[in-house]
Amino acid sequence: MRLTLKIWRQANATADGSLKTYELDGVSEDMSFLEMLDVLNEKLNTEGEDPVAFDHDCREGICGMCSLMINGEAHGPEVTTTCQLHMRSFNDGDTITIEPWRAGAFPIVKDLIVDRSAFDRIIASGGFISANTGSAPEANSVPAPRDKAMRAFNVATCIGCGACVAACPNGSASLFLGAKITHLGELPQGQPERWDRVVSMVGQHDAEGFGGCTNIGECAGACPKEIPLDVISQLNKDLRTALKHGH
Amino acid sequence: MASTADVSGLTQLNSPSEQNSDDARGYYTLGEKIADTKAPKGLIAERWTKHKMDNRLVNPANRRKMSVIIVGTGLAGGAAAATLGEAGYHVKSFCYQDSPRRAHSIAAQGGINAAKNYKEDGDSTYRLFYDTVKGGDYRARESNVYRLAEVSANIIDQCVAQGVPFARDYGGLLDNRSFGGVQVSRTFYARGQTGQQLLIGAYQAMERQVAAGTVEEFKRHEMLELIVVDGRARGIIARDLVTGEIETHMADAVVLASGGYGNVFFLSTNAMGSNVTASWRAHRKGAYMANPCYTQIHPTCIPVSGDHQSKLTLMSESLRNDGRIWVPKNREDCTKDPRDIPEEDRDYYLERIYPSFGNLVPRDIASRQAKNVCDEGRGVGPMVGDFRRGVYLDFADAIKRLGEDAVREKYDNLFDMYARITGENPYETPMRIYPAVHYVMGGLWVDYDLQSNIPGLFVAGEANFSDHGANRLGASALMQGLADGYFVLPNTIREYLADAPFPAVDETDAAVVEARESVEQRINTFLSINGTRSVDSYHKELGNIMWEYCGMERTEEGLRKAIDQIRELRADFWSNLKVLGTNDSLNQSLEKAGRVADFLELGELMCIDALNRRESCGGHFRAESQTEDGEALRHDDEFSYVAAWEFGGDGGQPVLHKEDLIYTAIEMKQRSYK
Repeated sequence: MRLTLKIWRQANATADGSLKTYELDGVSEDMSFLEMLDVLNEKLNTEGEDPVAFDHDCREGICGMCSLMINGEAHGPEVTTTCQLHMRSFNDGDTITIEPWRAGAFPIVKDLIVDRSAFDRIIASGGFISANTGSAPEANSVPAPRDKAMRAFNVATCIGCGACVAACPNGSASLFLGAKITHLGELPQGQPERWDRVVSMVGQHDAEGFGGCTNIGECAGACPKEIPLDVISQLNKDLRTALKHGH
Repeated sequence: MASTADVSGLTQLNSPSEQNSDDARGYYTLGEKIADTKAPKGLIAERWTKHKMDNRLVNPANRRKMSVIIVGTGLAGGAAAATLGEAGYHVKSFCYQDSPRRAHSIAAQGGINAAKNYKEDGDSTYRLFYDTVKGGDYRARESNVYRLAEVSANIIDQCVAQGVPFARDYGGLLDNRSFGGVQVSRTFYARGQTGQQLLIGAYQAMERQVAAGTVEEFKRHEMLELIVVDGRARGIIARDLVTGEIETHMADAVVLASGGYGNVFFLSTNAMGSNVTASWRAHRKGAYMANPCYTQIHPTCIPVSGDHQSKLTLMSESLRNDGRIWVPKNREDCTKDPRDIPEEDRDYYLERIYPSFGNLVPRDIASRQAKNVCDEGRGVGPMVGDFRRGVYLDFADAIKRLGEDAVREKYDNLFDMYARITGENPYETPMRIYPAVHYVMGGLWVDYDLQSNIPGLFVAGEANFSDHGANRLGASALMQGLADGYFVLPNTIREYLADAPFPAVDETDAAVVEARESVEQRINTFLSINGTRSVDSYHKELGNIMWEYCGMERTEEGLRKAIDQIRELRADFWSNLKVLGTNDSLNQSLEKAGRVADFLELGELMCIDALNRRESCGGHFRAESQTEDGEALRHDDEFSYVAAWEFGGDGGQPVLHKEDLIYTAIEMKQRSYK
């Protein structure tokens, strides 16, 4: 198939950027979206134009490194990551607009690459259970109810890609935050730090410049791992409880 | 690092001479045997306990004065950073990704082994040890493997305490499943995303130390050189991938946990950025590379669909618990809809050849049999060259037996991934799978302390060679990465650090200046060759050579041909490469150029190692060494050793150091899964 690509080009964090148009022919529907960009970059390299920079690594939908706003949708039209999106989701002759994640807390590094280190700082502010190596009790000494363990797992599948932030009109990371609060809060091991954790992580989230949640729900719609919106309710509930008890 | 003139001089390696009688004659020289692995003596079950006791301690007050560089943030690197940080050392952690959480351990699907014996099915530390040594085809160091089995149970305890959401039974206790090459259920899992959950556990533990101030993160940084001062590893040269700045980082010890080099094949299940550079730079500085030819070709991956392919995707081995592998008995059925092929016309070849293990034979065997049936012309799916390269993995029986919902609960993410990539629905039609490069058992040589032959340079996880012999069993990579990071390294590095802190090294020290300048010079060369071919085109061509001649089946003739072709390709690379852009900005082509340059050297060493080892063992199959019915045939009398290769200099020959493998706690047998 033949495509017209409009791609955001920006030399570095401080330079001005703009959408640039490229024509690309010979795209197969079995290609992944990133393989299509590989073909474009091979062509640009031959023609002497700087290849388009984009983040990617595992290319199997789990590392969370790939991003891209594709025709205005985070990770494009399917519920999956950009690396798992295949060209069979597009048609011959389509024009595809490709932009980086757009959010104040994710500054652009180059072209389609953004800086998501704010997520690491949110985790460092409390997204863990304090258990030094060697201090753990026998694993089966603390049973975890199966339904709670399953809910913990389901939300722990978050890959930290940032699609929720990119999709949110407020640039809020509440889905990311709620997923971690719910994961750790559902498990017996997560109880001792539960209330301090939520206060600290919400504080860091706000300090990073992410916006507040106004229950729009775009985040859950964009999430490639289908993290449900109710983790934000859980987040708010835990925060209220913690504040009420003076944490 | 040599000057660029020396690098291109690599193509002038000595050509084979006739004086040696072995297959690799003329490609290498023989060095001294490795005399001491530091493996303690005595009863195997007591060695680790005794060794921990014998290793010296470092006073908590002194630890903060000591710094450790850790390259890589996967299970081994992340766990080590967290643990050493908790202990109070100053840790500097490096990763090329934008976050430590992205390391490729995250993609491991199936599970993690541990000898907990929760199923009361006869498991024990000894049995896990036995299975691992046997699975590795008696080419691993027994002391290391026993220790791995011994600490496996602690790993599960640790991960549960961190909040890793393993699968559980209705009573809230941990569930297990079985994996290839064993007859007990000892694999702990989190659906098909076990690696992700374990890595996030380690990552969160590490971020906790970042907040505590003991771990300093350097993200989007790539190690490009090792600094060796007075015979000790004292630091690294790293490039900030965003600004291009070349940075010098010094420490009292350096840990490489930078993963495997499967991407030398271009197509593999590794992440796109996975590379050998950290290991290879250390190798060029003197660290031995052990058993580089031991490659694991995983049997259950999604087949190649076309020339544009950039990577291959694994379908977890756990699928072999419920899926049945088959091909048509008759070639003319290969293009039919599989659902229309009657039972009597199907060949469930693994169940037929290996009745006691069936679909759960070890990976090397499952892969080679898939190749065999495809070579016979009974493969399915699209033609790749002269053959169809695919076999069916069929869940129809499992769905009938358990119901679609139960199958969905176990495997839905894998089935979804398959559907997305192939456009086919595996609940309705059998999956098509084919082997792909997945893991390397080879890596930098380490002693029992995980220390390389360069004092102060430690190597953990897939980057070292130590525990899996010639073949790794499923669910053992996660076990080894976390064993090394949480429990082994922190207990062995303290013996080395007991003599630290070492004298401060100035950045004007000759060794530091040399390392920096060689890195800068190499980068300038990449940017100034100004030829016509892209980095990727070289990488693909190298991958084709490796897959053809150093893949699932190796021959003397093919390996010689590969060595010649790699040398030619490398010469062309250094004269005709085209890398656009500059050094002082984010430049992904430049990053890849350095990685591919190192793969072009590694590939040759892998072929020499494979040529030298004229036996079949585990993932290394030499066509010249097989039984009458086509099974791998070892030659313990000649090859019961670890091949540790010393860099011979640009234009020189690698030097082979042998470490004899001695088994006291297990009897060496020819493997049988029939």
